Amino acid sequence: METAAEIVQHSGGVIGVSWLTIVLPLLGAAILLLGGRRTDRWGHLLGVAMSLASFVVAVLVFVELLGFGPDQRRRVVELYDFLPGGTIDVKMGLLLDPLSISFALLITGVGSLIHIYSIGYMAHDPNRRRFFAYLNLFIAAMLLLVLADNYLGLYVGWEGVGLASYLLIGFWQHKPSAAAAAKKAFIVNRVGDMGLALGIFVIFTTFGTVAFGPVMSGVPQASQGTLTLIGLALLLGACGKSAQLPLQSWLLDAMEGPTPVSALIHAATMVTAGVYLVVRSGPIYVGAPTAALVVTIVGVATLLAGAIIGTAKDDIKKALAGSTMSQIGYMMLAAGLGPVGYAFAIAHLIAHGFFKASMFLGAGSVMHAMNDEVDMRKFGGLASKMKITWITFGLGYLAIIGFPLLSGYWTKDGIIETAMEHNPILGWLAVIGAGITGFYMSRLFFMTFHGKPRWEKDVHPHESPAVMTWPLIILSIGSVFGGGFLIAGNRFMEFLAPAVGRPEEMPSFHPFSVTGLATLALVAVGVAYAWMRYGRAEVPAVAPRGSFLTVFARRDLYGDAINEALFMRPGQWLTRLAVYFDNRGVDGLVNGLAALIGGTSGRLRRVQTGFVRSYALSIFFGAALLVGAWFVVGNL
Amino acid sequence: MTTHYLVLSALLFAIGGVGVLVRRNAIVVFMCVELMLNACNLAFVTFARQHGNLEGQIIAFFVMIVAAAEVVVGLAIIVTIFRTRRSASVDDANLLKY
Repeated sequence: METAAEIVQHSGGVIGVSWLTIVLPLLGAAILLLGGRRTDRWGHLLGVAMSLASFVVAVLVFVELLGFGPDQRRRVVELYDFLPGGTIDVKMGLLLDPLSISFALLITGVGSLIHIYSIGYMAHDPNRRRFFAYLNLFIAAMLLLVLADNYLGLYVGWEGVGLASYLLIGFWQHKPSAAAAAKKAFIVNRVGDMGLALGIFVIFTTFGTVAFGPVMSGVPQASQGTLTLIGLALLLGACGKSAQLPLQSWLLDAMEGPTPVSALIHAATMVTAGVYLVVRSGPIYVGAPTAALVVTIVGVATLLAGAIIGTAKDDIKKALAGSTMSQIGYMMLAAGLGPVGYAFAIAHLIAHGFFKASMFLGAGSVMHAMNDEVDMRKFGGLASKMKITWITFGLGYLAIIGFPLLSGYWTKDGIIETAMEHNPILGWLAVIGAGITGFYMSRLFFMTFHGKPRWEKDVHPHESPAVMTWPLIILSIGSVFGGGFLIAGNRFMEFLAPAVGRPEEMPSFHPFSVTGLATLALVAVGVAYAWMRYGRAEVPAVAPRGSFLTVFARRDLYGDAINEALFMRPGQWLTRLAVYFDNRGVDGLVNGLAALIGGTSGRLRRVQTGFVRSYALSIFFGAALLVGAWFVVGNL
Repeated sequence: MTTHYLVLSALLFAIGGVGVLVRRNAIVVFMCVELMLNACNLAFVTFARQHGNLEGQIIAFFVMIVAAAEVVVGLAIIVTIFRTRRSASVDDANLLKY
């Protein structure tokens, strides 16, 4: 394997001002949040403009990067001393390389489309300005996460993204469920953040720096045990942010936020931060095969769990959320496979960014038409009423199940093939996951757009306004051609190689390999079964109770129950114990002492009679005592 | 030689002490305090004579000065108490208590 290219110092040009990508949306957020109601009228336009401007800067940086030779495409822009002082000396800079710019383009590109869509989606919300402020804040934080040239900068962005996610999930905080979901996301993410922080601590004590370049070049000198420790700690962070097992539970609840949030944060960008972290720390995982194996296992477990959850959900957004979990599981699997998988992981991530955003926004468009109904059992037959949404959603759907020549076919098949070469068990599990994907996505698609209408009485579906449909159209074009454009001819592998290292041999794509055919066959079975159950047959308006397997999937594989039993209840016992100890133990001691002194002095104060003669008498006795004592002691 | 003086001093001190403890009239109590002080003075002067130095006599002067100052303040207090409470009995001035 060839390692990644050297990082070059850079100044001047568009790359020299690449910090504008971060600062512009941050400025937008600041203006909208500090400006208050004065900015209500044009706030959403400013938000969109800042996001688009950031996208333009990212595109210019990308073009300038392409102008260099492949080995010159890793550029660092020094910004300022972040933490100067003694042994800790962190310089803040931006790392512009093929990996980070791919992310930056995805974040700002898809992000801008979702900004535009939100103008229509949030048109009637009184707090639309605040919504755009948070969206801008999110874009800025996410860009800092992927562009920072050191782990500490990444951590700042990481936390910023967590904050923006919290604010956006709880955007309708008057709903108790939304407030609870926001808290849950924040707390579960905190568990992962702890792992990331510990990982950064170990990195600093091992390498004496947190900048990516020196850390990665120092990896060969570190012991395998240390690398495994770092790898597992970073994986915990990645699990939290990317909703991988065992920290997956927040993602499904996060659907309480407005739909554009689900599309932007919980499908296209934020949840991919974990994949970015693993790929960015690639050399560490190459040096720690155990940690890399754990990454693949987590990925496979999550891709199956997410797919199984997706099969049983009636809430369209939750079914899509399960699907997001599952797809990110694929990316994690690929990222755990080492440099061979990195390009596929990132390519799938980008393709997924397009088709999942397109489907989430499509779901938002459906909800918009159905008076914010999310229960798919009350949809059905919407294809004729919402042509554009139907077609764009359908293209996203075909892309995700891996319909030949669409995005998902190229990227997901690449992951499955690579996994199969690496370890057949992982490979076959991934194939089964693809089959389940075929089933649950078809179920979702048929239940929503086909079959007989099962609408509530006062619902009159209509197509959404152009400001919402245009982003859908653009995203669906991306989901049709994106994957093929990236994978065919190993274009993306070549592009990414300077940043993540070149595998020994470039993967070659066989359109009719055994694995590919098996995947297609399983997907076809899944689609056919879904057609029989939910397309042709009548869908009951009330969910049947189902077998225990259905209930198992519907209850998120008892993820919440396990968390409650293992962590929440013991935690509550612990706090109750602590409260009891505080009330009875600590307070008892303190209050008892006070009562003792109070009571004693209450009795003793009776000595103060106010009669001078009694005082004189006590003085007399005291004096007599002293004189007597003196006689006794003096005679000894 | 000086024993008689010391015995006299002790007697005077005891008389004063008993007066302070048993009498209720503030003026009498006050005079008894003076008596105790002067008994002490007598003892000081006696010892000064016995040891042939002046230290005891000097301290006796100090005691006299303090006693004089005390008389000034004490009598003023007694007069004030008498004016407000119409009594010179120390048992009537018992408000400062628990």
